[in-house]
Amino acid sequence: MTELKLIENGKRCDGRSLDEMRPLYAKVGILKNANGSAIFKIGDTVALAGVYGPREVHPRHKEEAENAILRCTYNMAPFSTTDRNRPGPSRRSKEISLVISRAFEPVLFLEEIPKTSIDVFIEILQANASTRCAAINATSLALADAGIPMRDLIASCSVGKVDGQIVLDIAGKEDTEGEVDLPIAYYPKRDWITLLQMDGLITKEEFLKAIKLAKKGCMDIYKVQQQALREKYKEVDL
Amino acid sequence: MISIDKELVKNLIQKNLRLDKRPFSEYRKIKVTTGVVPKAEGSAQVEIGNTKVIAGVKMDIGQPFPDRPESGVFMVNAEFLSLAYKDFESGPPSAEAVELARVVDRAIRESEAIDLKKLCLEPRKKVWMIFIDIDIIDHDGNLTDAASLAAIAALATAKMPKLNVTEEDGEKIYEIDWETKTDPLPITKKPVTVTIAKINDIFIVDPTLAEEQAIDVKLSIGLTEEKLCSMQKEGTGGLTEDDLTKMIDIARQKAVELRKFL
Repeated sequence: MTELKLIENGKRCDGRSLDEMRPLYAKVGILKNANGSAIFKIGDTVALAGVYGPREVHPRHKEEAENAILRCTYNMAPFSTTDRNRPGPSRRSKEISLVISRAFEPVLFLEEIPKTSIDVFIEILQANASTRCAAINATSLALADAGIPMRDLIASCSVGKVDGQIVLDIAGKEDTEGEVDLPIAYYPKRDWITLLQMDGLITKEEFLKAIKLAKKGCMDIYKVQQQALREKYKEVDL
Repeated sequence: MISIDKELVKNLIQKNLRLDKRPFSEYRKIKVTTGVVPKAEGSAQVEIGNTKVIAGVKMDIGQPFPDRPESGVFMVNAEFLSLAYKDFESGPPSAEAVELARVVDRAIRESEAIDLKKLCLEPRKKVWMIFIDIDIIDHDGNLTDAASLAAIAALATAKMPKLNVTEEDGEKIYEIDWETKTDPLPITKKPVTVTIAKINDIFIVDPTLAEEQAIDVKLSIGLTEEKLCSMQKEGTGGLTEDDLTKMIDIARQKAVELRKFL
């Protein structure tokens, strides 16, 4: 058996160049009931987010006197993966929900709306790597769509190391066979990384190169997010 | 229990002070005791200051994952025992407990610390399974570094139980002799995790519980002898590229110190 190469002549297995992201798609206000909602696609990874709140906190003992609480719940649809994904929260989804919530806390004015909760529900409809990034991008738009006071949008993408090279937005085989996966979330106005996870063996120099590339990718996503928000109001006459 | 004012901790750090008078880049006293639970295949108790955790390694025979038919299996679990801290509730593991276990797991898995191929008995059918369970006994901050150190110390000193193999109708039958310990586990690397907290522009290693409650952001970095193998940002703040560079440099120095305990 010959080993399949993931990068050949500077092209990746899906034809992209090393620093090329898959096509992006974003749309806000797609659900009727939620206070805010959005869909975000990175290639064939699809995330849907719905925001409820600010609203009364249930259960009551979770209420905080000084600020609002943000609760993000990430879930993968059973049909989103090649092998059916068992319904219900997994250890993985619990951790991802926690890190997504943390990624947003710096941009929300939680202290302005104490004793309330902002509940975000995220459903991954189709998964092909970077699901937490798509989830964050959708959440960001859904929060803005809900009119939650925010200092900035959060944009997220992942970088990886594949065949020894640093690449943007890993997908498909790169996800299962690549050496490193490094998702980040980025708060552009403050130049802050608000989510950072990494697994795989990497040197410091490669890591710093990867972070630079990831920030660049986030800025592209940031533009798509802004465009999606403008799109919703384009037909409003002033 | 005395609760310490967050502002006090922050103000002290601005004045170059910590509650326990430690320099910013110094760990509390570390103590690693291996073999604390002889019933387990491997075990280690790690104390970092008043933080105390015990990791135990248990083994069994089971089926490999379909996508890794020739690899042994390992899993990490963490229990935040109610006796360890007033806010640790009984019941299903909290998101934080799940996160801790997964961060410890990632450092071991991604560094390929265990040679899982050597744990295969029969491809697709039977492999060794390694269960690493971490009990948090007393919580005074920096659980990640303590748990990670305990896990690798327990793995590195574990002895596999004896395996008796017989054959019946062409099927192999495996019987574990728990009383007889044999070879050590195939451990090829010893990853350690270093957690660094950031307060304003100051970096501190090994935050205590009071410090953790006052800070906004910290980063846990898993390191092998040569490379970085895992990272997890915790807390609600953010980090710049410059922060990351500085934190990696601190972590590399501290990893050398931690590895001396293994």
